[in-house]
Amino acid sequence: MAEKKATREALGDGLKALGASMPELVVLTADLAETTRAEYFRRAFPERFFNCGIQEENMMGVAAGLAAAGKTVFATTFAMFAAGRAFEQIRNSIAYPGLNVKIAATHAGISVGEDGASHQCNEDIGLMRTLPGMTIVNPADYTEGICAVEACARLKTPCYLRFGRAAVPDLSAGEAGYRFELGRGRLLREGTDVTVIATGLTVSMALEAAKLLANEGISAEVINIHTIKPLDAGLICRSAAKTGCVLTAEEHNIIGGLGSAVAEALSENCPVLLVRAGMPDCFGESGSAAALLEKYGLTPVDLARQAKAAIARKKA
Amino acid sequence: MEASVRKELTELARKVRVGVIESTNAAKCGHPGGSLSIAEIVTWLYFKEMRVDPKAPQDPDRDRFVLSKGHTAPALYTALALRGFFPWEELYTLRKLGTRLQGHPSMHALDCIDMSTGSLGQGVSTACGMALAAKLDKKDYRVYTVLGDGESEEGQVWEAAMFAAHYRLDNLCAVFDLNGLQIDGEVTKVMNIAPMADKLRAFGWEVCEINGHDFDEIERAFETARKTKSRPTAILSHSVKGKGVSFMENQAAWHGKATSPEEYEKAMAELTAAREA
Repeated sequence: MAEKKATREALGDGLKALGASMPELVVLTADLAETTRAEYFRRAFPERFFNCGIQEENMMGVAAGLAAAGKTVFATTFAMFAAGRAFEQIRNSIAYPGLNVKIAATHAGISVGEDGASHQCNEDIGLMRTLPGMTIVNPADYTEGICAVEACARLKTPCYLRFGRAAVPDLSAGEAGYRFELGRGRLLREGTDVTVIATGLTVSMALEAAKLLANEGISAEVINIHTIKPLDAGLICRSAAKTGCVLTAEEHNIIGGLGSAVAEALSENCPVLLVRAGMPDCFGESGSAAALLEKYGLTPVDLARQAKAAIARKKA
Repeated sequence: MEASVRKELTELARKVRVGVIESTNAAKCGHPGGSLSIAEIVTWLYFKEMRVDPKAPQDPDRDRFVLSKGHTAPALYTALALRGFFPWEELYTLRKLGTRLQGHPSMHALDCIDMSTGSLGQGVSTACGMALAAKLDKKDYRVYTVLGDGESEEGQVWEAAMFAAHYRLDNLCAVFDLNGLQIDGEVTKVMNIAPMADKLRAFGWEVCEINGHDFDEIERAFETARKTKSRPTAILSHSVKGKGVSFMENQAAWHGKATSPEEYEKAMAELTAAREA
């Protein structure tokens, strides 16, 4: 069994690992150093770490100014306050001038859990996808998170990185020859009856769902889309053309997120039946991460059921 | 200040006003009122205060300028043209398709713009970031920003004010152009921001209050900013919206519209007469 770790750990460890070789790296936070794990960087490089206090709008502007003066900047806070509260600052001070700022957002999606709907950001991918030039990465596990932090740090353009609070199995660590490339989806399991496309914490669920389906003689292909923008439409369409139906899975509103991105790619290139698992255009609520994921149908059993529904509708 | 220097600066500020009227008239839109109120400030910045080189607009050691009240770009563009960053004729492309002179400043469209602006309230934050970078790199460049009094109603301005004082950004100078008017009318009636000096001092800033059209007062304020250590400086620049064109002065209606042909002739006649005076 793979070790379980929250992807936010990768943000802290990844930044700390890059600090020595990237003297231009500066990290900001908005009173969330400890919980975003940006604290790991602060302990190693305190002179390049700045706490902005609880003021996300200003933090995005400060990040833009630092980047305009040659720094590579990671601005860290919760997804709700990054993509949500500071959307317009990200849009006008970072994305429009195309500055070298990485918005590193933790506590995304409903797996935030007990804090409830006010803190469960299920809209961030949708908001960020509409910004021209914004790269969006949602790593599936710790190892992928480390790779994503480094790849985005080396890119000179704006990025949005999405990390979770809940611990997830570090499957990539155990994968021989694991290789991360921005904008390239990862084919994790080959199949012929249905394509399951997952991102972030739903990737390990999708693999579990594929095993359940295999027990029933159903062959599911599983793709990990860690980079939601630019989307690997080629991989998605090749798989969809083969299997004839697609299930997407994400802890995000099915409007605007991975499901929407895949729907756009499919309908423009290779229309097949699509089922989207995720938040069905509703707000979350308090509860444990596990209880919430179960309520909203994000478990291996639910994904297997939805995959079968997709196959049934394809045949109908 | 020597009389000859004052005369030279006064003539440059007059030319900035000519550029504002010419460019917005050519564009048939834009924001002349708030552009005219900062003519002396941008003149001082680009001709006396800032270390900039038209031949090296991206010099990493240059002083930076962020026009937080980005809608007054015509004043900035004219100062840049007069300083030699691009030809005067380009002012006539303002706001037209394909221009480098976007309706609000774009750093990617025009390489002598240090930060894209336009959405009010964000410039002090980005200026803070640049000032912080200078501190990190142990460089002596300074960062200047100009914002409006209506703009100061934005909460982000006060977040940035807190940040600048907290990190002791004494290489940052923010000029608040207090012309007293915003789109919907008088600032005191729309949303009163007074008392600005008390507020900024309470936030930990050095504060200078000046007549924003008097070069002697402008010179002293920027000198104070340069000499102030451990805290940022705010220059409260009391100004007249529409300054220099009689029918635009103190009229909120001239916030965001260009001259008619008759108004253009009248404005140009006044600005020409000002040269001869």
